[in-house]
Amino acid sequence: MTSSAAVEARPRRGLNAGRLGRRHGWTVGVYVLLLLLILYWHTIPANWGSFDVQSLAIDALPLAFAAMAQSVVIISGGIDLSVGSLISLVNVVSAKYMIDMGFRNALLFGALLLLGSAAAGAFTGSLIVLTRVPDIVVTLAMLFVWAGVALEILQIPGGGAPAQYLQLGTGHWWSQWIPSGLVILLLAYAIFWLPLRWARPGLALYSIGSNRNAAYLSGVGVARTRIFAYALGGLFCGLAGLSLSATSGIGDPNAGQYYTLNSVAAAVLGGVLLVGGVGGLIGPIAAAFVVTLVKTILILKGVDQNWAQVIQGTLIIVVVMIGGLAIRQRRRT
Amino acid sequence: MSLLEAREVGKRYGPVVALESANLSVDAGEVHALLGANGAGKSTFVKILTGVIQRDGGSVELRGEPVRVSSPSQAARIGLAPVFQDPALVPDLTVAQNIRLTGLAVEEVRQRLHTMDIDIDFTEQAGDVPLPLLRMIDLARAMARDPQLLLLDEITAALPSDLAERVFAVMEDWRRRGRSVLFITHRLAEVIAMCDRATVLRDGSDVGTVIPREGGERQIVEHMLGPEAAMAEARAAEVDETAPVAAGAATGAGAITVEVSGLRVGSLAGVSFSLRAGEILGIAALEGQGQDDLFAVLAGERRAEGGELNVAGKALRPRHPYDAIRSGLVLVPADRLLALLPQRSVRENIAAPRYNRIGRWGPINPREESRRVSTAIEALQIDTRAQGQVRRLSGGNQQKVTIARWLASGFQTLLCFDPTRGIDVGTKRQIYTLLRRLADDGAAILFFSSELSEFPLVCDRVLTLFGGRITDELAGEGADEASLLRAMHGLVEEVTA
Repeated sequence: MTSSAAVEARPRRGLNAGRLGRRHGWTVGVYVLLLLLILYWHTIPANWGSFDVQSLAIDALPLAFAAMAQSVVIISGGIDLSVGSLISLVNVVSAKYMIDMGFRNALLFGALLLLGSAAAGAFTGSLIVLTRVPDIVVTLAMLFVWAGVALEILQIPGGGAPAQYLQLGTGHWWSQWIPSGLVILLLAYAIFWLPLRWARPGLALYSIGSNRNAAYLSGVGVARTRIFAYALGGLFCGLAGLSLSATSGIGDPNAGQYYTLNSVAAAVLGGVLLVGGVGGLIGPIAAAFVVTLVKTILILKGVDQNWAQVIQGTLIIVVVMIGGLAIRQRRRT
Repeated sequence: MSLLEAREVGKRYGPVVALESANLSVDAGEVHALLGANGAGKSTFVKILTGVIQRDGGSVELRGEPVRVSSPSQAARIGLAPVFQDPALVPDLTVAQNIRLTGLAVEEVRQRLHTMDIDIDFTEQAGDVPLPLLRMIDLARAMARDPQLLLLDEITAALPSDLAERVFAVMEDWRRRGRSVLFITHRLAEVIAMCDRATVLRDGSDVGTVIPREGGERQIVEHMLGPEAAMAEARAAEVDETAPVAAGAATGAGAITVEVSGLRVGSLAGVSFSLRAGEILGIAALEGQGQDDLFAVLAGERRAEGGELNVAGKALRPRHPYDAIRSGLVLVPADRLLALLPQRSVRENIAAPRYNRIGRWGPINPREESRRVSTAIEALQIDTRAQGQVRRLSGGNQQKVTIARWLASGFQTLLCFDPTRGIDVGTKRQIYTLLRRLADDGAAILFFSSELSEFPLVCDRVLTLFGGRITDELAGEGADEASLLRAMHGLVEEVTA
């Protein structure tokens, strides 16, 4: 190690296009893919219009929240397989009790449920930290626990919510082209994630996913941060469950199943690396829309349901492969 | 006056004693060295002092007050700031984010780096910053806390000499301001130049505190190795000095095992040489002159872009390490963990290369295996106290295991890429002796090292590589540091290719 060549990496100040591309290229790529899909999609139905946009938002909203929940946990170096059944649980509790409430009380109850689901996430996180059982095992167990509790609360699909509450998920604000669910999604992102992202809790979250030992040596409370990641994930699960009640109008103890693995798919498509420490929430949100839109397009084209699943799976592999190749290519140059 | 006083500090992991009973006393305004062979317990000691791990027994006092340090952040609050052996920067965050993560002001750290005359782009991701600069950021981060005691665990190991000088300047500064430094290094010259006192650990206990300037290198080595071992070492060193001459005579006799002609790959621009059975051929080069590519091709990790490789008279184009191994070319890399299965036992590691012979799918013959493994362990004097998991062994013992693997499975040519990196003096000597013995038994050895002083001790011939080409060939005895450096194109200073 006598050469000083390595030390000559002097700073290049100013805008660095290559670095911008490396850090945000994936996210940009997902949005380009989404845009292309939208352009294609709007040529298929005879009279494509604001109604189609609204139904896409309705379909994608719970998945977008689920993807955010999953991404937060994966970024911190974990994985949460209980996402789907926690969503079911919030869904059935809200539908069972909101049906008899006024709008104002329903909103208050919803806020309470968000706190509850964050606490449920914190509980899962604490279990992982205290028992030292791997994340994947504990959350797999919690998948069964929450699913059982949800079935205990509501055996068959039912319940409901006040009409104004349903409007939050299915209506539109200001213009027919702006679905209310989309606005709520962006609000949730701005309120619950942005303030954290660039502050110490957010940095701690990324650091324990990137290199747990280095984070610990930097003075990060690793156990605390892991619990925090699962609590934040629980909060986004709560939002997913509440939005599922608003968009479907009922509670269904099995409705959440779809979201467990699809949230992982959206996170991965959205540029979150499963090893942790890399990615954001903007990408997975777009990826949730991509996943939903692909399904919509395949149905519109009359593709057989079973084949549609094969195509969706293939798409995930192809997109992640192309992304990986692009990154390796850039590293080489 | 004593700043830090540690008495009879101990730590054990199950049956393995990492630290038996260590005493250490650091005065205010002192640069104190903590020395010892690999596995003597230095890093464990530092980790206990800074709260990364908890001690089992003993006491620690800071300015006369007993303290129990429970975490690195608490250590920082009471004035103990460490720079650990592994970089403590999170690779996926930018440098600035890494600093904010620790709760420090970015400007403060930038200022510290500036006084050391180092300019770093703080918006760069830590994973993209070269290792030596990461160490300097680590140091600046520790300095920014303005600690009473700065603990530097092998910080200079990864630094080029100009950056090491800046670390020494910081140590001087700390001493001048009445603060203290605890300095861990394998380079005894640094200890003699920089340190007021040195405490030597051996097998988890302190065996003495010396004044390096007075006792010199010999006294320190004696303490590190223990009296009997030191004598044995001296004998071994004598044998080593005569060894090259004896082997030189044999060189002509050995048949050519590996012949390389016009090899091109990556930065390697056409290299030809031949390697004979029974000889150790050295490759000396500055960082990044193509030696990595040369070893990668020979070990089958990379395909050549041009040129020929003949092994035992037959052309070889390895597409996979398996091809190279089958032809008897085996690699001992610098990073031992690249070659080992860290969670598995010593025995399994040594036996592992024997498992992948095609046509050997049947059950493993346990008696045959255990005989070969035991022979290899004995031949290399591997310390098997922590044999359950290889990752628990010290670096020197891990390196012995990487060599033992090939001893047990058989080979003709050993490719040693910097095999003694980060290994203590005593074990280094053992490895030199071992390589010589292997050569005497008919093996051909290709040997790269980043330490120039090793070449005359180990090699029969030395080739120097610069800019992807061979620039000179020296006889082993003639390969002193000055001639080597000249042949490496006189790039002694900061000139780079």
